[in-house]
Amino acid sequence: MCATCGCGEGEVKIDGEDHNHHSHTHTTSNKRIVQIETDILEKNNQYANQNRVFFKEHKIFALNLVSSPGSGKTSLLCKTLDDLKNKYKLSVIEGDQQTDNDAKRIQKTGCPAVQINTGKGCHLDAHMVGHSLERLKPEKDSYLFIENVGNLVCPASFDLGEAKRVVILSVTEGEDKPIKYPDMFADSDLMLLNKIDLLPHLDYSLDKVYQYVNKINPKMKIIQVSATTGESMDLWYQWLEISKKTEEI
Amino acid sequence: MIKIVVVFILSIEPNSMHEMSLCEGVLDVIEDSAKAQNFKKVSQIFLEIGNLSGVEIEAMKFCFAAVMRDSIADKAKLTIIKKEGLAWCMKCAKKVKVKQKFDKCPDCGSYQLQIVSGDEMKIKELEVE
Repeated sequence: MCATCGCGEGEVKIDGEDHNHHSHTHTTSNKRIVQIETDILEKNNQYANQNRVFFKEHKIFALNLVSSPGSGKTSLLCKTLDDLKNKYKLSVIEGDQQTDNDAKRIQKTGCPAVQINTGKGCHLDAHMVGHSLERLKPEKDSYLFIENVGNLVCPASFDLGEAKRVVILSVTEGEDKPIKYPDMFADSDLMLLNKIDLLPHLDYSLDKVYQYVNKINPKMKIIQVSATTGESMDLWYQWLEISKKTEEI
Repeated sequence: MIKIVVVFILSIEPNSMHEMSLCEGVLDVIEDSAKAQNFKKVSQIFLEIGNLSGVEIEAMKFCFAAVMRDSIADKAKLTIIKKEGLAWCMKCAKKVKVKQKFDKCPDCGSYQLQIVSGDEMKIKELEVE
């Protein structure tokens, strides 16, 4: 094993060639090697932990909602807020590349919401969420919905400090999304299969999608819902309530 | 000819945005350790990137120079140490090579695999002045 970088012989390749261990032993007088051994996402993870501590101290149950664009995420969220706003304290952080259209839709429900525009970014990160908490000031003992940028790839790597990650998939998308974007499905806690009111008009196999999810994440819970008709939305609300209580034990 | 160029741009754009944030993450860690370890310039950066990490190496290299410009690591050389995907197969009770996460065991076909290496995204070391 190399004393400087710790890699074993023959294990690592740089651009297909063996890593040259001599390069970092020959340091000149003013150059030196600093060992870092840190995950690239370390800084994000630190911010995520700060958020997590804040949520725990204030009994805020934070959810990271992820999906591809057009899965009906915002409609589902609006329906949820309308149905639960008289029962619980709720607030929303909206993430989109541009426009505050979604935050305006959410604010119409009467629930407080802030919009994060990521500009060129394709996901929310824990630092952005931390800053929007300062502005949003979510109430104690409440639910916070963080609607991530519509994208099944990048948001998978960025912990926001949430208690649970919920992936929303609609039946108008292909059944094979879970195996096409496995990282997102592997680490999520719940999948909401949305737009099931459209099933009679589609050639869609529920068996297949369950089979694919099972292959990637056998622990994942799946609820079939329709935000439009309200079908099975009560199951999702029960899950929210139970999960918040479990989180506080 | 024009068509080909357009397709290329469309295919690289979504990936490069992800790698852009990763490069920003690298710079954050470097700036923190510059304070802690007292250095003012970084001349070389060694990253360890696993085959299963979902990082596009070419996109990473492309974003790297742009993100490091005018920083403490301006013009620093980027060396990427690739790590191949290895998983422990529960059925075979041995390490097997995998090309993607959630692949089946190449020997017995089981999906009961535990990734042991290849999902790294790590800053290994820096050459500093």
